[in-house]
Amino acid sequence: MITLKINDTQHEVEAEPDTPLLYVLRNDLALNAAKFGCGLGQCGSCTVLVDDRPVYSCLVPISSLGTRQVRTVEGLANAEGPGVVPAAFEAEQAAQCGYCIAGMIMRAEGLLSRTITPTESELRQYMAPNLCRCGTHMRILAAVRRAAVAMGGGVKEDRP
Amino acid sequence: MTKSRTVLSGVALILLFAGVGAASLLFRSALPAISPPAPDSFDRTLVKQGEGLAQIGNCTGCHTMSGGKSFAGGLALKTPFGTIFSTNITPARETGIGAWSRAAFVRAMREGVARDGSHLYPAFPYDHFTRASDRELEALYAFLMTRPPVEQPTPANRLVWPLENRWLVAGWNLLFLREGPSNDNDRGRLLAEGLAHCGGCHTPRNKLGAEDTAHAYDGAWTDGWYAPPLNATSPAAQPWSADALFAYLHTGLSKTHAAAAGPMGGVTRQLSQAPDADVRAIATYFAGLMKDAPGARTPLAAIDRQSEIDKSDPEGAALFAGACASCHAPGAPMMQQGRPPLSWGTPLRVDSPHDTLHVIVEGLASPAGPTGPTMPAFGNDFTDRQIAQIVAYLRARFTDLPPWPDLEQAVAAVRKGVGQ
Repeated sequence: MITLKINDTQHEVEAEPDTPLLYVLRNDLALNAAKFGCGLGQCGSCTVLVDDRPVYSCLVPISSLGTRQVRTVEGLANAEGPGVVPAAFEAEQAAQCGYCIAGMIMRAEGLLSRTITPTESELRQYMAPNLCRCGTHMRILAAVRRAAVAMGGGVKEDRP
Repeated sequence: MTKSRTVLSGVALILLFAGVGAASLLFRSALPAISPPAPDSFDRTLVKQGEGLAQIGNCTGCHTMSGGKSFAGGLALKTPFGTIFSTNITPARETGIGAWSRAAFVRAMREGVARDGSHLYPAFPYDHFTRASDRELEALYAFLMTRPPVEQPTPANRLVWPLENRWLVAGWNLLFLREGPSNDNDRGRLLAEGLAHCGGCHTPRNKLGAEDTAHAYDGAWTDGWYAPPLNATSPAAQPWSADALFAYLHTGLSKTHAAAAGPMGGVTRQLSQAPDADVRAIATYFAGLMKDAPGARTPLAAIDRQSEIDKSDPEGAALFAGACASCHAPGAPMMQQGRPPLSWGTPLRVDSPHDTLHVIVEGLASPAGPTGPTMPAFGNDFTDRQIAQIVAYLRARFTDLPPWPDLEQAVAAVRKGVGQ
């Protein structure tokens, strides 16, 4: 039995210690926001936060989590509605097929939890590991900019 | 000896020799400024040849900063003597080398003296470039002077006192600047010792920052990475044949060794564009230097002590199985594509874990473009202790070598971007 702290809730799971976090989220806990894409840490559709830093949950064995907090898209909403970042993604209609979006939202959360005033270069560099095959990158970037403003900051243009 | 004492004794020695150096060596004359020559005044064949030589020399590796304009400089080079910023070598008139005549360029390349007569710091490997022929320097000049000019001032260096006094470099030059032959029947040796300046990273340096030629290619530290030996002390498990080395230099991946990473990633990216014949010559030269290395004489089979180590280190085994095995386990899809087993990679076989740690913490961006090898960064996934556990497991399972000491401290050092 392994105890995991996910979205401020303790979960007891019956799984092998080397089981990837993603499998436990989806198969054992019905937290289905994070998606299985490549299983190799190459696409980012399984991105979640561990202690506010983005990780590929397909490559995180649950034995490594200990008391560290996992956050998924489910943890960003409450009874009043979606969190700031998901709301910005909705407002910008950033999803085409939507498969990458949960990962994109969590990576954006990771960025904005560090700074609400990133530069445009920092924003692009930070989001780069996550792939979108539909090509909605411009809307995804617009959504992160919108979320930064909604949090009282904003993305500073630094490119010529 | 502490670093500050090392630096101080170095400074004292430099002062001594600077005193010995004749005034004529200390203060060099300025060469006249010219108007930047028109790009179409250069022969296109010469420009093309210069491009190949610039790729062999990886000029852009130091003279372009991350996200910056090509050859416009500004990259911070951390040395034991302070931080030096690479200069702008575009033909910009004010902040680049636009006003440099060919004679000024040749003098800088061979003697380490800027057009205005000031000494350049030997972070710029002019000691190697003495081996470039007149014709090659002419080609490099033609190539650089036909690049787009970018006016971008070079930030001021932050050096330990009194090294901001450039004339002190004259003492260094007296001690260490030896003009090499610019003709050599062995093209590979000429390039390796010359424009490619391989020793710049792979040869250890003495306290004054000069390459210790008695230990040429014994392996050395650059930017927190360990550049492995390129001679008979090479720890490679498999032979570095000329073909294997050519493939590695030309694509950033050897199927019997590893992928290029760290500073070498940029080198192979440049060499992938460089003339095949020159890259092959360099490969042949180093294959010769490494022909008596243990792995060349008796190639190691792929070591995998899984059943033993999984029992003795179940925690490490679980971390490897969850995080690494989907690519690196024998039989994983990536391995079916002919990628080298971990046991053949030099990073696991050298005396220090830093290269392995860098790749785990920072990931690997393919030097060969999107179809080449890549690895995600695991720095966010694991604590220092867990990364140390993974690396200890790798070393135990995939090599026959003793465990690395002080792994957790090494992880912390790599995270801070410091070496050793």
